[in-house]
Amino acid sequence: MGILNIMIAESTPNLFVDDLETPPLPLTTLAWKRFKRHRMAMLGGVFLILLVLYSFGGSLFVEEKYANFTNPPIRLNTPSWQHPFGTDTVGRDVLARTIYGGQISMIIGILAVIIETSLGILIGALAGYYGGTIDSLLMRFTEAMLNIPEIFLLIVMAKFFGNKIPNLTLLGRTFSGSVVVIIVIIGLTSWMYLARIVRAEFLSIKENDFILAAKATGTSNTEIIIRHILPNSIAPIIVSATLGIANAILSEAYISFLGLGVQPPTATWGNMLDGANNYIESAPWLWFFPGLLILLTVLSINFLGDGLRDAIDPHSRAI
Amino acid sequence: MTKQPLLDVKNLVTEFIIPEGIVYAVNGISFNVNPGETLAVVGESGCGKSVSMLSVMGLIPTPPGIIVDGEAIYGNKNLFKLAEEEMEQIRGKEIAMVFQDPMTSLNPVLTIGKQITEALICHFDITKNDARDRAISLLDMVGIPEARNRLDDYPHQFSGGMRQRVMIAMALACDPHLLIADEPTTALDVTIQAQIVELVLQLKRQKDMAVIWITHDLGVVAGIADRVNVMYAGYIVEEALVDDLYEDPRHPYTCGLLGSLPRVDHRRERKLCSIPGSPPSLLVKPVGCPFRPRCQYSKEICQFETPKLRETSRGHHVACWIDIQSGEQISGS
Repeated sequence: MGILNIMIAESTPNLFVDDLETPPLPLTTLAWKRFKRHRMAMLGGVFLILLVLYSFGGSLFVEEKYANFTNPPIRLNTPSWQHPFGTDTVGRDVLARTIYGGQISMIIGILAVIIETSLGILIGALAGYYGGTIDSLLMRFTEAMLNIPEIFLLIVMAKFFGNKIPNLTLLGRTFSGSVVVIIVIIGLTSWMYLARIVRAEFLSIKENDFILAAKATGTSNTEIIIRHILPNSIAPIIVSATLGIANAILSEAYISFLGLGVQPPTATWGNMLDGANNYIESAPWLWFFPGLLILLTVLSINFLGDGLRDAIDPHSRAI
Repeated sequence: MTKQPLLDVKNLVTEFIIPEGIVYAVNGISFNVNPGETLAVVGESGCGKSVSMLSVMGLIPTPPGIIVDGEAIYGNKNLFKLAEEEMEQIRGKEIAMVFQDPMTSLNPVLTIGKQITEALICHFDITKNDARDRAISLLDMVGIPEARNRLDDYPHQFSGGMRQRVMIAMALACDPHLLIADEPTTALDVTIQAQIVELVLQLKRQKDMAVIWITHDLGVVAGIADRVNVMYAGYIVEEALVDDLYEDPRHPYTCGLLGSLPRVDHRRERKLCSIPGSPPSLLVKPVGCPFRPRCQYSKEICQFETPKLRETSRGHHVACWIDIQSGEQISGS
């Protein structure tokens, strides 16, 4: 070792000691390397891509009209070549409905999480960064929201706001107004855990020397929150948001299953289960296919979230 | 002194209110820095060096900290009276700061380029590209090789010494008139320390800025400072030109500090002396001289009255009741 050191020192006379470290990897390469090693996350990612292709690519082959086309004479047909997933209680094709239902379920999941995450970050960041009275007020409010059972809140709000919003036409398609209602109420009832996580992150990160250093260069509070603290707490936020998508899809399934969510004829994986409980043994394809898709989606998202957390942790230097 | 000092701090009192009581961190200190001058502030850990500088910058965490009294005149403004937005304009642009630990003072998730340009963009009306060019020349200036390629690297890709150079580049981004260096070499190893000291001195000469150098390394002080403030328990106990301080220390604490330094020009017959005892708890407001319990010269008066700074020779002030050359209490008090 001694000789080696001397050789290095002699061969690089003009370099600082600092230059002898290994060439650094860019952060994105590093994250991708780590993510690839996480087999379950890779699997989850692949499955999720397939599911997205299934729901959004499927609409190229099947028209929405067909998915909503009722044909009572062929109700409750078992899976066949013509109807691979069978037909439902009014004779609609289950395959076509899982395709269009998947779109709605995923859109609900993503939009609800955007609302949830924005609210959670806003409230958590303000509480954690400013502390004091602002913190007390916001956190008591968060706790009050947490005290109400989420399902109860969902049901009451769905019942109260449901049917009050007219149908929407977007990109040539008609959506039941209840989709918007469901997105908003899922978003409004699920931000509390994220707010707590964000607050905890902010509380610890704002004590760092680099925050003091940033203040000493004249950076304003808003800049510090957005540019310095938020990127440092992004790992738990991303994990929470991915898991949030899974939860939102599940929540939508709950209330739609109870008949309070998205109203037919707009299909979602949740409202396809509505009524299927009467045919658990006699027509298992009614619940099996949407149920399986929900399960696969939620599991894939969860694994993906797990892998992301390990991959994007900015504090870890492990490859 | 006819020249107007760049920064003139008068009677600064900073306290922290914690559950155990009040921490009297800074107890009415006054100091000033002239343009282009290097002022060293020395003292052991917890004597209020950093707190006094953070107070000036308005970076004391409130609560628990409060600036109870005093003023800091910069230009014609009292920094303690400024609104937060006005203070943001001064921080980084007029007065910049370099911190002790380069390993924790850079944001791990932002590239150093972004961190350097941040100060530029927030103080000047400057495009992103211009800011990048300036950042590259700053990195060049602080001696980072291949600055252009390293701009998009993250702090973890730099070693400690390099990070401290980056910190210095950040601090100097807006050509501040005053640089406060809070023990910038303490966390570095000795060879890098020398490089950083040399770098700061060289940049100071280039840019003609004033530097306040906080340290507990008296060796560094001798090499760089024009004037020295010695702090103890939240008081300035001695204030002198650097040569006067080393040749003719007047405060028992300064003598103790100097006596505890190893010297290359002395034979090793003499053991290094330490100052007996430890610094007082800042939770108790000291009555009398704060250094009295550890002082070999102490007299009765030291117990009851806190000594004020008095001038012993031109530019040399000391806060002590005793003339340590004769060992006698000073007359006329």
